[in-house]
Amino acid sequence: MSLLELKNVYKIYGELHALDDVSLKVEKGEWVSIMGPSGSGKSTMMNIIGCMDKPSKGEVLLDGVDISKQSAKELTTIRRDKIGLIFQQFHLVNYLTALENVMLAQYYHSLPDEKEALEALDRVGLADRARHLPSQLSGGEQQRVCVARALINYPEIILADEPTGNLDEANEAIVVDLFHKLHNEGTTLIVVTHDPEVAEVAQRTLVLRSGRLAKEVVNQNFTGQIHFDRS
Amino acid sequence: MKKSTMFVRMITASLMRRRSRMVVALLSIAIGATVLSGLVTIYYDVPRQMGAQFRNYGANMILTPSGDSMTLDDVAAGAACIPSDQLVGMTPYRYETVRIRETPVVAAGTDLESAKKTSPFWSVEGEWPSANGELLLGAAVAEQYRLKVGDTIEVTYTPEELADASADPATVTADEMILFDVTGILDTGGSEEDHIYMYMADLETLTGTANKADVAELSVSASGDVLAGYVERVAQGSDAVSARLVKRVTASEATVLSKLQALVLLVTTVVLALTMICVATTMTAVVTERRKEIGLRKAIGASDSSIIKEFMGESMLLGLLGGVLGSMLGFLFAQEVSVHVFSSTISFRPLLVPITIIVSIAVTGLSSLLPIRSATEVDPALVLKGE
Ligand SMILES: Nc1ncnc2c1ncn2[C@@H]1O[C@H](COP(=O)(O)OP(=O)(O)OP(=O)(O)O)[C@@H](O)[C@H]1O
Ligand SMILES: [Mg+2]
Repeated sequence: MSLLELKNVYKIYGELHALDDVSLKVEKGEWVSIMGPSGSGKSTMMNIIGCMDKPSKGEVLLDGVDISKQSAKELTTIRRDKIGLIFQQFHLVNYLTALENVMLAQYYHSLPDEKEALEALDRVGLADRARHLPSQLSGGEQQRVCVARALINYPEIILADEPTGNLDEANEAIVVDLFHKLHNEGTTLIVVTHDPEVAEVAQRTLVLRSGRLAKEVVNQNFTGQIHFDRS
Repeated sequence: MKKSTMFVRMITASLMRRRSRMVVALLSIAIGATVLSGLVTIYYDVPRQMGAQFRNYGANMILTPSGDSMTLDDVAAGAACIPSDQLVGMTPYRYETVRIRETPVVAAGTDLESAKKTSPFWSVEGEWPSANGELLLGAAVAEQYRLKVGDTIEVTYTPEELADASADPATVTADEMILFDVTGILDTGGSEEDHIYMYMADLETLTGTANKADVAELSVSASGDVLAGYVERVAQGSDAVSARLVKRVTASEATVLSKLQALVLLVTTVVLALTMICVATTMTAVVTERRKEIGLRKAIGASDSSIIKEFMGESMLLGLLGGVLGSMLGFLFAQEVSVHVFSSTISFRPLLVPITIIVSIAVTGLSSLLPIRSATEVDPALVLKGE
């Protein structure tokens, strides 16, 4: 059984079909990129997979559970237990330090563990920035805090909506690097991106156009090794 | 780390690091708590205050001769039947008819220092006499003789046996005369304005007789049955004097008191309501301002109940801080009011501190309920779309 399966999913806003009969499967441990022009429905799809929104029609099976039929409360539980989210605009709680932001995810999931949270920050190279507030961190550093927060509870699937959209190349490389490590550890990754270079390091690239799945490209060169280098 | 540790860390961080916003909320709660605890303090202190106030409104007991006359010693003996710590003031009065410019006028001899205490509502233009030879004129008398403060005036006394024979000019020389300085004009709105007031010693010199009193006004710090009990005690303890209560003052005490307390209660309710509105408004603004954060928290797995818990925690912490601040400021506020309105200090009530804090927390929590409920309605998807 696939970890994630979308069956004929629609998301309709009035006349607009933000998602128009989308079907796809993602296997456990897979790394998938999603591309497409602006307004093609990428975020809409990520919100639905991330249990923050429901489709207008169709089934979304996550671990065999149809999340389109769950209550808001059950969706919260699924989000908490199975999903790690990374957003384009590095959403952090602005009055909590980097460390506390990571611990927040632990707090909602199970128990806050300062040592483990510090280790996660260390993984993203921010051990020395743990006690800084988001306002005292650069955009790249904030995004890495988000990555640390997304991976802290060992989610089955990490959803990243343009994680490198606001980053310079050096930080982009660091984040992609982290995706590689997570992938090697067996984490399933779905990454929305506009950047073909970020997209093609994944195993597969899905292209959305006007809410429809237009194209699927399998990356022949995928090695699973760190080979992202633009310099 | 325990969940509760993280919880406390989060809500204190929210208050400490978002200070400017929180100061406004804290201020409204603290002001509410201040007025509340201040008014409650006054509410409970009013009876005590008003007791003193009404004692100020003059005597609540008077002593009169049982027979034809009484001496100052009789008065002192009568007053001695009342415990000395309850006896706030005792003023004997002796009335005699004297003459100013050949017209008769009633002169009262008394202890003017004591009269000042037992008759605080007397308003004196100029100064109270402070020595023998000084005179306080009733306003009506001053009007009649066209006298003013600073004038000097001759006061004569004609003994009764001489007055009978006043037709005989040879005896007129027997009159006593004292030259008085007018130091003050007395304005009471009552019959006191028809009299002149001098020290007992002057009146005794004028009349040539000493140790006499017609009435004594007593100010006793007791009311109701206790005061009635003292009347009883004076009756048993003394043959020469009899005591009775000044009914008018003691009866009105109760009505004025209850009206004042009702007023304080009303103001307290209004302030409470205003505080709640203010807190609710601030919390609504806080929730609106933090929609994005709420969405984020939900997106990373916060349930509705944990959102409610966190915001409730914050608002109750605010309530706690506001309550602590308010109970301290409230005492100062009550003290100020007391000093300015009642001219006396109030006693600190330790019990009021925890009560203020608990009420403050409860009120803040209660008025945050609706705004916090709206926080749970934030949709994580909408917020994360980069609104
Ligand atoms: N809540 C909504 N109500 C109405 N229309 C919406 C709503 N959310 C999204 N849309 C529309 O759905 C379409 C897809 O939006 P979506 O955010 O998924 O695009 P996207 O592929 O993520 O674009 P971008 O690359 O710019 O982020 C857009 O045309 C958008 O205007
Ligand atoms: Mg998008």
